[in-house]
Amino acid sequence: MPALVYLLVLMVIPLGLVIAYAFLTSGRFGGVQGPATLDNITRLFQPLYLEVLASSVVNAGLATFIAFLIGFPAALAITRLSLSWQTVALIAVVMPFWTNFLIRTYAWILLLNREGILSDGLALIGLGPIEVLYTREAVILGLTYAYIPLMVLPIYASLQRLDSMLLEAACNLGAGPWRRFRTILLPLTMPGIITGCLFVFIPSLGNFVIPELLGGGNSQMIGNLIRDQFLKSRDWPFGSALSLLVLALLVIIVMLQASAARRSRKWGA
Amino acid sequence: MTPWHKRRAVGLTLALGLTGMLALTACGGETTMGGGDEAATSAPASSEGGGAAESPQPAADFPTPNGGELNLYNWTDYISPDLLDRFESETGITVNLDTYDSNETLLAKLQSGGANYDVIMPSDYMVAQMIDLGLLQQIDVASFPNAQYLKPEFADAYYDPGRKYTAPYMYGTTGIAYDPTKAGMEITSWADFFAADSPAAGKIGTLNDQVEVIHAALRAVGSAPCSTNRDDYIKVEELLAGWKPNLAVINSDGVIGRMASGEQTVHMMWNGAFTRAEADNPNLEYVYPAEGVTVWADGLAVPVGAENMDNAKIFINWLMDPENIGEATNFVGYDNGITGSDEFMRADLGSNPAVIIPDEFKALAAPVPGCPLEAIDLYDQVWTNFKK
Repeated sequence: MPALVYLLVLMVIPLGLVIAYAFLTSGRFGGVQGPATLDNITRLFQPLYLEVLASSVVNAGLATFIAFLIGFPAALAITRLSLSWQTVALIAVVMPFWTNFLIRTYAWILLLNREGILSDGLALIGLGPIEVLYTREAVILGLTYAYIPLMVLPIYASLQRLDSMLLEAACNLGAGPWRRFRTILLPLTMPGIITGCLFVFIPSLGNFVIPELLGGGNSQMIGNLIRDQFLKSRDWPFGSALSLLVLALLVIIVMLQASAARRSRKWGA
Repeated sequence: MTPWHKRRAVGLTLALGLTGMLALTACGGETTMGGGDEAATSAPASSEGGGAAESPQPAADFPTPNGGELNLYNWTDYISPDLLDRFESETGITVNLDTYDSNETLLAKLQSGGANYDVIMPSDYMVAQMIDLGLLQQIDVASFPNAQYLKPEFADAYYDPGRKYTAPYMYGTTGIAYDPTKAGMEITSWADFFAADSPAAGKIGTLNDQVEVIHAALRAVGSAPCSTNRDDYIKVEELLAGWKPNLAVINSDGVIGRMASGEQTVHMMWNGAFTRAEADNPNLEYVYPAEGVTVWADGLAVPVGAENMDNAKIFINWLMDPENIGEATNFVGYDNGITGSDEFMRADLGSNPAVIIPDEFKALAAPVPGCPLEAIDLYDQVWTNFKK
């Protein structure tokens, strides 16, 4: 019963509102009014908005990929530590979450700006000064940084469950490091990897603070567009329609993931 | 392969996590504004005179200070903390300050109904909307003791006829700041600012302000703000598309620092911010573009639901005193609507052409009332296309 209330209050009602708003007309000062219309939905398919969505998917995808490239070795390294050091390392991974998200993002502004440490450091070795802040690269960096713990933790969890005897056996049978990674480590930790990727991709896709602060408003993402519809343009119905578009995309991705998991389960059985 | 139950466990975690993640997508790291939870100790109206040093000749029914609190909701960095301290010590009223970054944030906060503010500072077009929406209380500013100091041009306003709801705070313009020694060109118009072949390419910045940027672009293509002619917007899109490669940053924050340090040499800028950048970089010049420039004005208003109405009136009246508002100007760098305040202004502000609009540019500077919905939709599309 409590679960039902939880679902109703946190899921069904808000989602129902978003869906209902997406089919209404916007009021003069925000809010919604009749009559019902499909205009907001058809407007979604203008190339303009699809382009914004596509570039958001690319940004979030790149952030996810980089987070994986860094997060997987990090998780692997953590499992190689002694148990007490593992705890320390995990706390260190989670610790940034104790600091306000905005403050951490602002810190990157200080690091990346033209007079910042990165630019000055590169200038010392003759490579700078460089413009990183207010570029798309800065946005991807910020997204990667913000969500990388969500990549490390699930991968760490599945690595920990991995029977290390399998690796030893493979080693004894003459498999090199790359082969051991490809045929044992990667497939067996795939559930953790996929979980981590979704955990990084999904919040990255909807994020609007990082593109605003680190992209200098120069590389708008779908989250900014939705926020602006509600706060600046005060077109709640179109903002709701955009939210539904993002939601639909995520549902498709999660369904693909589920079917991939089912397939590999079939093979595994 | 992995045992089946492990996959199921991961799947379950995933499903649970996703539910939370979907929530995150909707509000990825939004800041929560503080405030709204201040203790609601309202000061009861009091007619006993007492030691109130302010308001030299109080009107018969104008309230006198009697302690209590005042919840002020203001733009970020828009009133001097020292001035608020002085208000507190002169009146015994405790001020709780909370801040917002845009008129739209202010509106959203008031519309959500959870706010509990006594004085707010919406800009002109937003005042008009808030009056329409019934969000402001009539306070009849014209009857305040210090209404005598209102400049004639501020005694009335298109957005608040008869000054029933608002007293003027600051007004200013949204123009162009540039460094003629480094920009490599002379800028006198919006057309210069938006030029695709600008020698200042890569050093140009603009405010992250949909309304002001498109107002300006419309002016540059020979149209006017809030146009509803689609052809104008096609020209605007072309203009902005040609200009965007030159643009280093679209950001309303940090403009002062970037212009003062020379990181950017051309920037759309508010005139008050300009005076603060100019203090560090005297080469900077402020341009009143030849096609016209938006004059905006912020008003002091009392929202519906204010719990300390008397203190709100006392505060607004106090800020209409020439000395007090002059000191406020010294902090923000904008001119105000009160006669005689220039006596109390810093010398460099009172004579600064960026602050006081010179006579030859007065004809260029005019307020722009809120656009009709049709234009807002077009603005929105052009802006999305520009920023993507």
